[in-house]
Parts: sequence; structure tokens; C-alpha cells
Amino acid sequence: MGRRTAIVGVGQTNHRSKIPECNGQELIAIAVRRALDSAGLTIKDIDAVVVGNMDHFESINYVDMWSVLGFAGYMKPVLKVTTGGTTGSAVGHAGFYHAASGLFDVVLAIGWEQNSESDTTAAIVTHCEPLIERDFYGGAIGGLASQYSAYMDKYGATEEDAALVSVRDRCNAALYNPYAHLRKTVTVGDVMSSPYIAYPLRLLHMCPRSDGACAVIFAGEEKAKKITDRPAWVLGVGSSHGATYLGDAIAIPGLPSLEKASRDAYKMAGITNPFKQIDVAELYLPAGSAGVAWMESMGFCEEGGGPKFIKSGVTNMDGELPINPSGGVIATNCIGATGLIRIGEAALQVMGKAEKRQVPGAKVALATGFGGCFWSDVTILCSQPRLD
Amino acid sequence: MERIAIIGVAQTKYQRNSPSSHDEMAFEVAQKALEGAGLSIEDIDNTVTCTNDFWDGRTISCMTITDASGSSKVPTTNVEGDGTLGVLMGLMRILSGHFKTTLVVAQSKGSVGIPGLITNAIFDPLYERILGLDGINSAALQARLYMSKYGITEEQCARVSVKNHKNAKNNPYAQLPLDITVKDVLNSRMLADPIKLLDASPISDGACAVILARESETRKISKKPVWIKGVGHCSDTYHLGDRDLSDVGALQSAAKRAYDMAGISNPPKEISLAEVYDAFSYMELMWMEGLGFCGRGGGGALIDSGITEMGGSLPVNPSGGVLSAHPVLAAGLARIAESVLQLRGEAGARQVAGARVALAHGIEGACGQGHCVFVLKS
Amino acid sequence: MSSQKQKAESSELLSISSIVDVPYNYNAGYYVSQYLRELKENKRILGVKCPKCQKVYVPPRVVCSQCFVQTKEFVPVSDTGTVMAFTVVSVPYTNPNTGEPKKLPFTCAYIKLDGSDSNIMHCLEEVDEKKIRAGMRVRAVFNEIRTGDHFTDIKHFKTIAKG
Repeated sequence: MGRRTAIVGVGQTNHRSKIPECNGQELIAIAVRRALDSAGLTIKDIDAVVVGNMDHFESINYVDMWSVLGFAGYMKPVLKVTTGGTTGSAVGHAGFYHAASGLFDVVLAIGWEQNSESDTTAAIVTHCEPLIERDFYGGAIGGLASQYSAYMDKYGATEEDAALVSVRDRCNAALYNPYAHLRKTVTVGDVMSSPYIAYPLRLLHMCPRSDGACAVIFAGEEKAKKITDRPAWVLGVGSSHGATYLGDAIAIPGLPSLEKASRDAYKMAGITNPFKQIDVAELYLPAGSAGVAWMESMGFCEEGGGPKFIKSGVTNMDGELPINPSGGVIATNCIGATGLIRIGEAALQVMGKAEKRQVPGAKVALATGFGGCFWSDVTILCSQPRLD
Repeated sequence: MERIAIIGVAQTKYQRNSPSSHDEMAFEVAQKALEGAGLSIEDIDNTVTCTNDFWDGRTISCMTITDASGSSKVPTTNVEGDGTLGVLMGLMRILSGHFKTTLVVAQSKGSVGIPGLITNAIFDPLYERILGLDGINSAALQARLYMSKYGITEEQCARVSVKNHKNAKNNPYAQLPLDITVKDVLNSRMLADPIKLLDASPISDGACAVILARESETRKISKKPVWIKGVGHCSDTYHLGDRDLSDVGALQSAAKRAYDMAGISNPPKEISLAEVYDAFSYMELMWMEGLGFCGRGGGGALIDSGITEMGGSLPVNPSGGVLSAHPVLAAGLARIAESVLQLRGEAGARQVAGARVALAHGIEGACGQGHCVFVLKS
Repeated sequence: MSSQKQKAESSELLSISSIVDVPYNYNAGYYVSQYLRELKENKRILGVKCPKCQKVYVPPRVVCSQCFVQTKEFVPVSDTGTVMAFTVVSVPYTNPNTGEPKKLPFTCAYIKLDGSDSNIMHCLEEVDEKKIRAGMRVRAVFNEIRTGDHFTDIKHFKTIAKG
């Protein structure tokens, strides 16, 4: 049952902190047009659309209905997927399932967010349980900061280790990615002299909030081969969205949901040695601390090995496993799009279309999504329909 | 399309102000659906939830019901739309070959927020919201346009309410079983002309769950599986002014896809019963036309003919429909759940005799901008 | 496009400010209601036990996430526990429930109370990160006036010993 599915087109806006000349529908239009152009398709070739964002950031209810203007969705099948920060990756997975099911041949997945339209923190805190958790939340960063303080206590990691991740991602964005929001390099010194937001995380450890949109086109096997001679085949998907209370999800130094999701995705794709078999990774790291504490959850290093891993330089562009050539989330965070941008960037890598941020010869790429109650999604893409 | 069945269903009793919280409602239906199917949570390999941030007053509203919907340990996703779309998502996940059984849970509590403000947020913030449009007055615009275009009368709309509230008396889950007359409806308080109180669905709290499974899994259960023979979904354009609100093109497109898949060429003859999303009385008339039960403008004559009453040749909303209980998101899923009960012969006092093919329908957005249609068969 | 023309064009961009004000009346449901009532009336913190795995969860909730079995037995847990993780928040934060800005800095902590298997969120009295470690022991300080509000019925947790 089901069929092989590939990504055949990717488009995104030039993300910025505020894009006042566009409303959300227009952001969607830019990303969709770029995706269609990249695949040589028109909207008439699209059989179904799945769209996602976080409602309260723009205060629009039933965004699936509102967004049809952005992609000329007149008389098209549309539905909306929303799962918090993982929305983008969940939308990507939904696009995959639409096409893999055989019900729709060419599917458009759209993630977008216009964070500048609202007070992001005010909108995000309502995800915290209202009667038991909301008062102490401290914004999106509170949980991440708490988690890293526990990791630091257990394994002796430092704020500087987390800063190295920010430096890597920001430099990649500055040097290689014209679409990224933040395109200036930073040094460890810059990060360490920025003020604390929530101990132990400082301002420059954290991602920004951005306006932007991303569109990714999925197609079933037959159509995919006709549309492009280098589709990005979806080899594995994994997803773990457990936990209702933040209290259940935090205080564990690694990220159990990422461990589970990546394990399932590796199994589906036939990956047994992730560090060796993956050529490039686009990871949803909302803060530098994630780039230290979560690496072991993906099987990239041993438990507690995060600091050593980041200090070794293997994740730089010239390293063995480049992470976030696009600059990742620390350079761009338009929340509903961010997880989908990871998938899109990973697809561009194996399609050989990543321009200046291309990792030479990349065949297998991994993309993750993060959000909600410390949930994770993982997607594995390959330039071939099978691993070998 | 491969054979995928619905093997479990459950609903809460729909009520105005349920003492249960979102997760307590979600757990109730998830557990009941499993028990009813003779399954345990280990038999479920993925879930789909349907929650809406505005209705629940929480960003990432699906977080509230993660544990309660059985989503803690298996892959899950959240469709922020009608329950029918959630079932479509669950169906695609199985058809992809990666899963065998999907538990779909939808819930909402209309009692926690202010529906007028929540539905006002559907409308464009720059052009339309300030007009004070909401779910009820936008529907009133559509009702008036539809009625004046085709000569449908307020009495004919009222007949839908009379029928559905009476049908609800046979449905233990329904919120508003009522014995009313056309005169009662016409005399009820005007909400937004021509929609009166008894033409409108209530504010409800409730949850619904269904379990989908591929054919190989259906051999595990003793209950008769109900097969999904066809599905379609489609959306019209967004601004009310850009649409012909009396048009049902999106529904016709969705229905055509579902009918073609199911091999149905003559809906009124081949369908045993229909559960359609009658958020307002006029909507049932419009949706019957869009589903091809009669020609355009024939909705009034159809309700007058008695064909859609219990005992008629094509009963519509034997459950009492959305007019009798409107838990947003769950209401579309309930249309599917009720259809399944009918096709299993388990619908008790509301059973349509000899039911073999059912049509379940849900809507999305203002004035039925989006539609989703399922054809189910025993 | 010349930068001057760009500037002129962008100064013509309009925007509309609006406040989205949608009040909500959250329903605690049966389980959280029991918890809040016990806090208010008896200065006791309640958890709930899973009949299958015997794990105790605070706050009480209808289902054990690991076993998917309904919890029924309420068990009191200690007011003393261990800090599992914490952060000191320095960025302005307004509680959306009350509209009140929180006094900065404040420490948000995840605390495993003795007798509980899960962690609850609350704040610590201590706001100097140099004096806080995961593993530290803390005890709840209750408010004399309690209204059935988890955020204020427990004022904060005070340090009783370093971990």
C-alpha cells in the first residue's frame, strides 16, 4: 500500500524581522510562486494543498480558508495542520502523506508566519496550561533555558559551548544564505556579552522572530520523475509529540522526543550509522543550547558528548557532517514555516540546488522540527529512491 | 483505493456547559472507541487530533489532549479543521502504507469562549472584521441570498429544524431533542434576519472519536467494519464578496470526487441516508442540492416532499444533525460516527431500516467555504 | 530601485492596529478542580496514581500517558521536593491570565515533589542563579489567604538545602 514520494520543488521568501509591504497571503504567494517556478509547474498542476501557521500570531481563525487567496486556491482541496513550533515539519509530513497515499499526485505544502503582526510572547504563552503552568512560563525560552541548566549541571557543558552553535549557524547564514533573516556573523565574545534572557541563555543564543513563508511541492513517484530528474526522495519520517504538561517534558537533559522520532525515521530509511550515513543536516535548533544538548538524542555522539561534538568542528561547512548550512533557526524563525524550511533546505541539498550553501556531493539529508511540548519531527531525504 | 474501514466510534453526550475539561472529554471518547472495538491502545499505531486554538483559547491547543487522545507514544498530527478533514488525514496516513490503524479524536468546548468573537476572527482583519461579521450574521447573508434566488421560504427552512430536533429525540447524545412546530420556529427570537433562534445550532461542548483500520486489521474485531468508499474535499475562495454565496460549487466538486471514487452515479437512489452539516436550517437545503439529492433550487421542494424525513426514501440527519448539537470540529466527526452506527445497524431508535450506504459531510470556514464529503458502505 | 524611491514608498505603507480581546473562562475539569480545592482548603498538594504502573502524577490528570489507563486514586504528595531544572528569567513577562507584569528577575523551576513521579512548574524564592543548582531541595511556602489558585496559593518554593 502507498507509493514512493519525493519533493520536486522548494520556494521561500527572503525572511526578515518585518515585511510590511506584504500581508500573509502575499508572503504565501511569493513562496508558492518560487516553488512552482523551481519545478516548472503552475497552480493548475497542484492537486491538493496543506497549509500551516500558528493562529494567534496573526489572530486569524481558520487560516486554511483565508490563505486560499495566497495560492490561488479557488476550488482546490485545502486543509490546515497546526502543531505549534513543529507546524512546519508537520505540514511537510502531511504533504508527504497526501501524496504517498495515492489520493493526490502533486501536493503543495505551505508554512508561513508573520510574527511582526503580534506580540509573539503574548501569543505563545497561551500554549502553557492556564491553571497550572502559565504564570511561570517566561516565554518560549523558559523551557529551553531550564533544560540546558540541567544539562550543564549533569555534564559540565557551558554557555560558551552553546555560543559556538550560534556562531556556526549565524556565520553560515551570513556567508551562504541570501534568504536568511539574520545575515551578520557573530563571535563567541558577542554572544557572551549579550544580556541574559533566561539564565543560562543569552540574547544571542536565541533565535529571532521573523516574517516569512516556505512552500514545498511533493509528488508521487511517477509524477515526480516526470517533473524533475533530481527529486528529493522521502526515505524516512518520524514523529514524537508526547506530553501535555511542560512539567512532564522538561528536566531531562537530552530530548526524548527527538530520540524516538529519529530512531523511527532511521529505521524507515535503513540508516544504521547516522553520523556516517547522513551527509548534511538541517536541524531545528531554537537556541544554541539545543545544538549541544540534543546531538546525542540523534545518535550523533555519545551521552553527554555534546560539548566535545560542537568543539570538534565536524559540524562546520567543511566538516564531516555540516549542520545548518542555511543558518538554521538561529538565523531565521518564522514559526509556522521554520520546520518546513528545514525540509525544503534539506531537499535543496540532495537536489543539488542549494546554491552557495550546497554541501558538495550531498546525497542523504536530515531535517528536524521542534516545538509544542518539546515535540520532534524528523524527515530523511535522499537523491535516490533507496539508500543504496 | 484500498479497503480502509471504520472499526470504532464514540461520542460524549453533547451539552451546553460540560463539567469535563478538554482532556477529560477526549479521553472519554478515545477510551470508549477502543473498548467498543475490543481494542487496546497498543493496537493503535498513530493518531490524528482536531482542535482549534481560537475555540479552546490556547495556542497549540492540541497539546491539551496529547496524552488523553492516546497520542503520547505514537506518531500524531493535528488537523485544525472539521473532524471530517481529520478522518481524511487519518485515512491518508494509512493509505501511505506507513500505518495500520488511526485513532481520530476531535473536541471543542463552545462554553469557554465567546463564539461571536471567535467567529469574527474568521474574517479578514483589514476589510471585514470591523463590520462585526460573525458565524451567525454571515450565514444570514447566505440564507437571504439563497432564499431569494430560488424562492425558498422561511417555512421550508423551519421544516428542517422541526425534523431534526424531532429526530434528536431518538439520539441519546443529542443536546436539543425538541418537539417543535414550524410556527414555533418562525416565532422564535430573531438572531439575524432571516435566521431565528430555532434556525440556528446551539453552543455545545463535546468530543467524538473514530478508529480507522486497514482491511487486515479488521479481522481482529467482531463488529462489522464500515468501509470508506469515497472521499473528497474542496474549498471555495475566501472573501464573501468574491463568492456567489448561493453557489455550492465547492460542495459539488468535493461530492463528485467522493461519488466517482465510490462508483455512485445516482445519489438519491444509491444512498440510504445522509448526515450533513446543518449549522443552520437553510444549510441543509443548500447542501442537499450540492450533494445532488435534487436540482439547484430544489431544496425547498425536497423538504416539503417528506423524502428526507425518517421513514422517507432518503432520511437526512436521523441523528438530529448539527442543529441538535454543535461541538465545533467534533460535529463533522459525529456525522461520520452516526453514519457508522447506522450502517452497523446499531442506531437504536434512530435506525434507518436497511441502511447500506451513508453520506457524511462536514464544512469549514464561513458560509461553508470548504466542504468534505465521505461515502461509507457496510 | 533607488534607495530614495524605496524610502518614499515604504513611508506610504499603511498598517492597522487592532487589539484582539477574546476573554476565556477556562474549565478546570474534575481532576484539576480536586487539586485546587485541596490546595485552598487543606494546604495539601494532590497527585493521582496510575492503577497500572503505580506512577504518581502532579498535577492530577485523567489518564496516565504511559499506560493509557484512567487514574482514579488521589494521593497527597509532600510539600518538599527536588529542583530538577530551573531558569532565571530576565526578560519582561506579562501573565496573560491577569495582565500583570511579573517582577523581574523571577526563577521558574521544575520541581519533583517527594512522592511524585512527575515535575510541577512553580517559582523559587531564590533569584540568584549562582545559588541554585539542579538537585537542590526546596519546600513550598503557602499563602495564608488561598483562593484555589495554584499560582498564588503556593507563594513560591524556598531553598532548604543545596543538592
